[in-house]
Amino acid sequence: MELADRAATIRAAYVHIPFCARLCPYCDFAVVTDRDDQTARYCKALTLEIEREKEWAPLDSIYVGGGTPSRVDPQQLGLVLDALAAQHGFSEEPEVSIEANPEDWSLDRALALRQAGFNRVSFGAQSFNSSTLLRLGRRHQPDQIAVAVFAAREAGFSSINLDVIFGTPGDGSWGETLVAALSLRPDHLSCYALTVEPGTELFRQVAAGSRGPDPDQQADAWETAAAAAESAGLVRYEVSNWARPGHAVNYNLAVWAQAEYLAFGLGAHRFRSKVRSHNYRHLDTYLAAAEKGASTWAGEEPIEGWTSEVERVFLGIRRVAGVRAGPAGEALWHSDEGQTLAKHGVIELDGGRLVVRRTLLTDAVARALLALPPPPIQN
Amino acid sequence: MSPFPPPMFPPARIRNFCIIAHIDHGKSTLADRLLERTGAISERDMREQVLDTMDLERERGITIKAQAVRLNYRAQDGVDYLLNLIDTPGHVDFSYEVSRSLAACEGALLLADAAQGVQAQTLANAHLAINAGLEIIPAVNKIDLPAADPERVIAEMIGVLGGRPEDVLRLSAKSGEGVDHLLDEIVRLVPPPAGDPDSALRALVFDSYYDAYRGVVCYVRIVDGSLSLGDPIRFMATGEIQSVDEVGVLTPKALEVGGLGPGEVGYLITGVKEIGRVKVGDTITNALRGAQTPLPGYDEPKPMVFAGLFPTEGDDFERLREALEKLTLNDASLKYEPESSRALGFGFRLGFLGLLHMEIVRERLEREYGLDLVATAPSVAFRVRLPNGDLLEVQSPQDVPDPDNRLGIEEPYVTAMIIAPAEHIGSIMELVQRRRGEAGSMHYLSPERVELTYRLPLSEVVFDFFDQLKSRTKGYASLDYEPAGYQVSDLVKVDILLNGVPVDAFSAIVHREKAATYGKLMTERLKELIPRQLFDIPIQAAIGGRFIARETVKARRKDVLAKCYGGDITRKRKLLERQKEGKKRMKLVGSVEVPQEAFVAALRVDTD
Repeated sequence: MELADRAATIRAAYVHIPFCARLCPYCDFAVVTDRDDQTARYCKALTLEIEREKEWAPLDSIYVGGGTPSRVDPQQLGLVLDALAAQHGFSEEPEVSIEANPEDWSLDRALALRQAGFNRVSFGAQSFNSSTLLRLGRRHQPDQIAVAVFAAREAGFSSINLDVIFGTPGDGSWGETLVAALSLRPDHLSCYALTVEPGTELFRQVAAGSRGPDPDQQADAWETAAAAAESAGLVRYEVSNWARPGHAVNYNLAVWAQAEYLAFGLGAHRFRSKVRSHNYRHLDTYLAAAEKGASTWAGEEPIEGWTSEVERVFLGIRRVAGVRAGPAGEALWHSDEGQTLAKHGVIELDGGRLVVRRTLLTDAVARALLALPPPPIQN
Repeated sequence: MSPFPPPMFPPARIRNFCIIAHIDHGKSTLADRLLERTGAISERDMREQVLDTMDLERERGITIKAQAVRLNYRAQDGVDYLLNLIDTPGHVDFSYEVSRSLAACEGALLLADAAQGVQAQTLANAHLAINAGLEIIPAVNKIDLPAADPERVIAEMIGVLGGRPEDVLRLSAKSGEGVDHLLDEIVRLVPPPAGDPDSALRALVFDSYYDAYRGVVCYVRIVDGSLSLGDPIRFMATGEIQSVDEVGVLTPKALEVGGLGPGEVGYLITGVKEIGRVKVGDTITNALRGAQTPLPGYDEPKPMVFAGLFPTEGDDFERLREALEKLTLNDASLKYEPESSRALGFGFRLGFLGLLHMEIVRERLEREYGLDLVATAPSVAFRVRLPNGDLLEVQSPQDVPDPDNRLGIEEPYVTAMIIAPAEHIGSIMELVQRRRGEAGSMHYLSPERVELTYRLPLSEVVFDFFDQLKSRTKGYASLDYEPAGYQVSDLVKVDILLNGVPVDAFSAIVHREKAATYGKLMTERLKELIPRQLFDIPIQAAIGGRFIARETVKARRKDVLAKCYGGDITRKRKLLERQKEGKKRMKLVGSVEVPQEAFVAALRVDTD
């Protein structure tokens, strides 16, 4: 069994911390600003939501993301982890990740977070060029990233990730960012394309006539990143993710393997008992529900039958290892569109696995999968 | 109880007339006012512009279908008259329908806007009416407008029609001023119908439409004899024999009557249920005591513009056929035949009276019949001289033989009449020259306004000429044109190739001097319209085997959401599904996906 498929047995939980100092222009996550006075109350609400979830099994991976989790008191976060441990238990060597902004980071905070139970940190580095950072609405300076990485290592974090963003219009500093990021020897590198999402400030700017990201330039940037990361000993395992062997993130692997996972907090998305559901996205609504011990769900969708099979494949093809073809992969391969994709070297069927060879065209494959007619119902 | 029971209304007290007016010169408003004044419709029930029934007409402010309304009027002499108002369309594309209406009338009210003056179509339609032997009653409308200059417009009218200034009526259809006098003048001036009540029935079918519940409804004008409920009748051109199941008049509501006598106008419902069995212009006679010779009728309408219409979904071909069958009953000028395109599959080649007609037909098909259609580049009908000397008429560029198999191509010409303010003459001449026009004549209607006549290739006039004309004259020019035969031109066929495969829908016959411009325009447009795909797509324009323009749609490089999306898989899937829906609206041409919109947008006509 491929490592990628074994990820289907990973038991992961996501915890969302929505607090931010300010809104980044490209961000469309569930975040709030100027509500830092609510952090303790929020963490308490999280523990209540966690306690409401019925017992599952020891967790292999906990991912605390945001927002900006590093703005919250490490002790409060520790209580949230304790609640998770009390409810489900942790497996022997759990991966416990936190997202952090470089400007929040210090050796003291790193030690406190280690104390609270975190062993992996993901820094929102985004760029190593001051003017690009400014344009992305980030508050740190490039040298703060290096300081943060050293402090994390000093505090004993066993796995360090850097998030970087490519394809900012007019950005000529991508090479510089890659060199600087890789020189810090991260265990993991996530390279994300700047994406214009509806409802964001960036969307409004582009709609008003500002230059948006250029797909060709982003393709160039991604190819540059791929070459640089490989030569630094990082191996790509998904569209946007590179890792030293053994450092691929279990939480991500679980999602792409269509594993079920828990999720808590504002706007968080989970997959449990064949149902994808998500929480309220409005802070006060969420807090009120969690504090009453009521459901925090704002919506749900059952994932079954052909929908589930197609989803399994479109999630799986994001991985370098591809996915067991199965009924949907086979149907795609034998469709006209599948054959066109194969002819142009986009997909391969390799020992029963569907693999996307031209990674940057993955969504073309996903759309072709979604366009497949469901097979006739068999009794 | 019917106000007009048989026996028939005495012909001496019948007046059949129509209103000829340029678009927006107030014809519909005047018709409404006449209905109101004669009590055909109460003010309370008055919905503005009652005669324009179709949604499209209301939206575009254009009258498309001729209709007939019966008005009951007691004139100043105390005698009751029956006035039949036959509606006429006001756009150049529909001049054919104007002649249909004229054939049912003895008089025509010629309406001109007191501010805008005589326009080209007013003049063209007035000439049609004069040639049809109709009595013309000239009138200026909108005399209440602040910008009105009735004296100038009256001078223009008598300048082109003759007569005396005092013969021109002054009206405000909007306020009702002059409308009563107009009614009396209609009674006084329009000759009563001259038909013979005792001879065999001859009734002219001047319009028809299909009613889903009642079958075919014919509008008829009785010329000779009479027609009663239950009579056996024969359509003289088609030979169809039926009985009269219902006969009535429009008041404007349909009102059943026992029969119609000479000079009367009304509607008939017969046993004809299948569409396409009634020919507008046909003569109806009694099946037992029939007339020997039909009425002159009028020529078949001649389509000027041709285009292919193809359903987006191949399965809709039959639905399109049915919709066209129904449309042609309401619109005798629409011609169609099946056509197959390599790029677009099975569809129909349609002949239209003009570009507006084409737009209206297309919109009706989409709106009333729920079809999703792709139209090919509109084209005129060319004549190809074959090596054996024969002339081959082609309505589609793809039917034009190779240069080796033809001696030459002839294209249709028109005589175009333009009326515009004199200050724009230079700009109009420049436009005409650019459109390969030949020097024509000039005639001053007044010191400020001039009538220009040119000979131009139809293909240069029919698409966007009028728009260009209007933009060069700040909207003050009007245009009318009529066919003026064929002429040999230096024409070539330009093919557009996608990934090396010619796309028939984009081929065009153009003048040699304009071929490079067309090729460049189309390749550049298509480059913008065709989404990037898995491979490079060359877009070429070619004359025969010679390429005259080339663009390339570069292969798509990035098509993946390369960001962290926080476990929100549902949203990701929905995004992909939305994108997939967009993909459904693609036509596969060879191996290239072409969006439906590309066909429409690429073929947009604005060549200047």
